[in-house]
Amino acid sequence: MYNEKVIDYFSNPRNVGDIEDADGVGEVGNPTCGDMMTIYIKVKDGILTDVKFKTFGCGAAIATSSMITEMAIGKTIEEALEITRNDVAEELGGLPQVKMHCSNLASDGLHAAIEDYRYKQNIKK
Amino acid sequence: MKRIYMDHGATTPVDPLVVDAMLPYFTDKFGNASSLHSFGQEAALALEQSRKMIADSIGAKTEEIIFTSGGTESDNFAIKGIAYRNSGKGKHIITSTIEHPAVLNTCAFLENEGFEVTYVAVDNDGIIDVESIEKSIRDDTILISIMHANNEIGTIQPISDISNLARKKGIYVHTDAVQSIGKIAVNVDELGVDLLSISSHKIYGPKGIGALYVRKGTLLQALAHGGGHEHHMRAGTENISGIVGFAKAMALADERIVDDTKHLTHLRDLLIKKVMDSIDDAYLIGHPTKRLPNNVNIRFRFIEGESMLLLLDMKGIAISTGSACSSKSLEPSHVLTAIGLKPEDSHGSLRITLGRGNTQEEVDYLTDALVEIVGRLRAISPISGKKSSFTVGSTPDM
Repeated sequence: MYNEKVIDYFSNPRNVGDIEDADGVGEVGNPTCGDMMTIYIKVKDGILTDVKFKTFGCGAAIATSSMITEMAIGKTIEEALEITRNDVAEELGGLPQVKMHCSNLASDGLHAAIEDYRYKQNIKK
Repeated sequence: MKRIYMDHGATTPVDPLVVDAMLPYFTDKFGNASSLHSFGQEAALALEQSRKMIADSIGAKTEEIIFTSGGTESDNFAIKGIAYRNSGKGKHIITSTIEHPAVLNTCAFLENEGFEVTYVAVDNDGIIDVESIEKSIRDDTILISIMHANNEIGTIQPISDISNLARKKGIYVHTDAVQSIGKIAVNVDELGVDLLSISSHKIYGPKGIGALYVRKGTLLQALAHGGGHEHHMRAGTENISGIVGFAKAMALADERIVDDTKHLTHLRDLLIKKVMDSIDDAYLIGHPTKRLPNNVNIRFRFIEGESMLLLLDMKGIAISTGSACSSKSLEPSHVLTAIGLKPEDSHGSLRITLGRGNTQEEVDYLTDALVEIVGRLRAISPISGKKSSFTVGSTPDM
């Protein structure tokens, strides 16, 4: 069902965990549909210096979370906002069609974390 | 890597003795049972001997057994066959919310054809309340179709009580015994049913063959028309090798049922105890005792079934899950929903269906693997181990 790369990113997840002093936190998904994701980001000079995740969900949900952390680290906020669901799926070598919508939430999670970061920055100002 | 198969509710390996019994019917005794020459006659003999073996096993008369391609066809045949033939009497059917899709989707099809279907609910253990069936009976009810044992949670239904009720009112009773056959006693008179579906591949027989028991005198419409096979009830050249294998598997199941039940019940209860003792926030789904001797269904809070299934598969263990994420429809199991589980609780369910060949060592291996995998997935779960804005599993006592 899943290709080898997806299985690798699922079974050896990269950058798992939370960041206690995160600059932004994004929570997406809901328990009813079975996928929930929290993405934590650290930002310095407009660049994502660290990204971590925690995910409840299927193989695809965990693999996409795992992948987005690798894709986002080192990117500017503007570049990170341009990462789409399709980009994540493509980077994983493809996902089963049925998983493209429900479990491919990682980019949404990242964008939500960036939004949270920007919101907090505005408050500080 | 050693592979451990614990998904016998899905299918079973064919017993080598069954294969031996079947082999001559592919090459030497390959005749068409309708042919008059000796090739045909040895096929016809095997067909009728097999029919008798299966009839004897469930306490039926030989002519009451119709061979089909399996459980799904048997369920379709029973329900549509009764509906079409008896629609002059009424167009109301009673079934339950936890039936196999072969029954539920057949009923849904008939609703589009103008029949009315009442779906009786079950309690939190997955047992059907006979009183609610009684209350659903109408003057135009023609059929009650309730499964003998559930395929996901293994609960065994009070079929004989339902039959007693139906008989008084002249309503036909069908039961899908695909999961119960070979595991618990199945006798058509004790159950009091008019129609009963069985399948070969769940009892160490080949796939593609099953049967429908039809009590003598039952008014049933044939669905496959053609050459007059199966007493004009199901046309098509008989699958002799499959039928011979099915009969052999039934005979072996009867021979071994006492030992099998003892072995499976022991492993089932051991597995449940070990998992409950070693993993927090794990709950048994279904009735603790009114369940098939080989069925274990447990849910683990904070994690999702497909990811558990994948990690177990990497360790060589084959099981299944009721999680929506593993289904083609992306809907949670309708059975788990029917017993009152919220979607977020269904997601974390695993079904382990043990078989004749499983051992205590394998149960130990599975438990150890589960402890590791559940711990690993909970460690990366955003809803485990801390208060969260998400609420999950508010019904831990279920």
